Amino acid sequence: MSLIQINNAVKKFGSLEVLKGVSLEIDEGEIVVIIGRSGSGKSTLLRCINGLEKVQSGDIWVNGINVNSPKTDLRRLRQQIGIVFQSYNLFPHLTVGQNIMLAPRVVQKASNAENLKLAKDALARVQMEEKIDAYPRQLSGGQQQRVAIARSLAMKPKMMLFDEITSALDPELIGEVLKVLENLAHEGMTMALVTHEMGFARRVANRVIFMHEGKIWETGQPDKLFDSPKTSELASFINSVL
Amino acid sequence: MLRELGVDDFILLLTGAQWTILLSLVAFVGGGLIGLFTAIARSLGPLPLRWLAAGYIQVVQGTPLLGQLFLFYYGFSIFGFDVSAFIAVSTAMILFSGAFLGDIWRGCIESVPETQWEASEALGLSFTEQLRYVILPQAVQVAIPPTVGFMAQIVKNTSLAALVGFVDLLRMGQLVTAATFEPFAVYMIVALMYFSLCYPLSVWSYHLERKLNVADPN
Repeated sequence: MSLIQINNAVKKFGSLEVLKGVSLEIDEGEIVVIIGRSGSGKSTLLRCINGLEKVQSGDIWVNGINVNSPKTDLRRLRQQIGIVFQSYNLFPHLTVGQNIMLAPRVVQKASNAENLKLAKDALARVQMEEKIDAYPRQLSGGQQQRVAIARSLAMKPKMMLFDEITSALDPELIGEVLKVLENLAHEGMTMALVTHEMGFARRVANRVIFMHEGKIWETGQPDKLFDSPKTSELASFINSVL
Repeated sequence: MLRELGVDDFILLLTGAQWTILLSLVAFVGGGLIGLFTAIARSLGPLPLRWLAAGYIQVVQGTPLLGQLFLFYYGFSIFGFDVSAFIAVSTAMILFSGAFLGDIWRGCIESVPETQWEASEALGLSFTEQLRYVILPQAVQVAIPPTVGFMAQIVKNTSLAALVGFVDLLRMGQLVTAATFEPFAVYMIVALMYFSLCYPLSVWSYHLERKLNVADPN
């Protein structure tokens, strides 16, 4: 069974239907990039996977757990899926180290010593070890985003979700964050990313999904998808971003 | 039987001031506890609880404190409770402070961005853990200056307790005036005593506001 299995997911915000029956499977170790215009439902799809948004119909399974069942322990689920947001969302009143150690300490009851090691390891993976005592406001956007990635990694998730994590960054800071993502990809982390970095998608993705009007419009290997789009919607989207 | 205004009167006024300080502390601590529950209920509780908290805040903010003091002072005895003036005015002051602090702190809790809830939820924190480790520590930073500022309001508002016969600083001023017939001098001293209680709080509040704003550029 796939790590993620989404069957015919429908999500509405009031009368606005954002996901109109989306089905998708993601296997362990796979790197899936989701592209599409704003409002096409890409971020919503990602947020449904870890239960931050609830679907109205259809179902979503993560590692055999039904995300939308009322019986599901979302706390346990969220230890298996990390998510990183566009706006970093670090906790401003805590240092970098405390940001990372909070959830392992509170949720996973890690001891102080193992927690500190966890934090240092996670920071090493994003090349931020020396900033462990800094506060988020003392860091650049790119550095904050790398800490946010480390904060998720410290929970030892089976999978990571990235929601447009470079969109709020200055152009010169995007590279350092993408490099961290590429390293994670090489380590074999299962990842689903919403991004506008087409070059990155082409280099790193196993599969690219083009979403349009709440549906998966086209899907395929990056080279094929980018070089020979089958639908006019994808063709015009690629033209507009390249 | 008039006597000269002297050192003894000054000491009498100081004992009055002690009661003012005590009443203020009781109002602040008791009101703080109620305010915390009110703020959380008002901003995060289930709907009926939100309405209840909102109603409490509206009623207290929409009626004069003096009326509330009378209500409790006479209300207790009407319902057969024989309580001292101090208990009666304390109860009224606690409920008064609780409503205002609850409303101030509600705003502070709501000023923490929604994304902080999301990020901590995504890390697997439960609601109470989110509140304890992520939301309240940030809300407290925002809350400190207006809270200290409100403490000065409490001190001044306790003077209304004099009107139901509670012998605080102002009431003591009235008594000393009756004995010496030096209203101007006496009330000058009374005013200075109130000022010396409130002014440090105002300065402290202003100082904290600047300090906390500099610490957090957001």
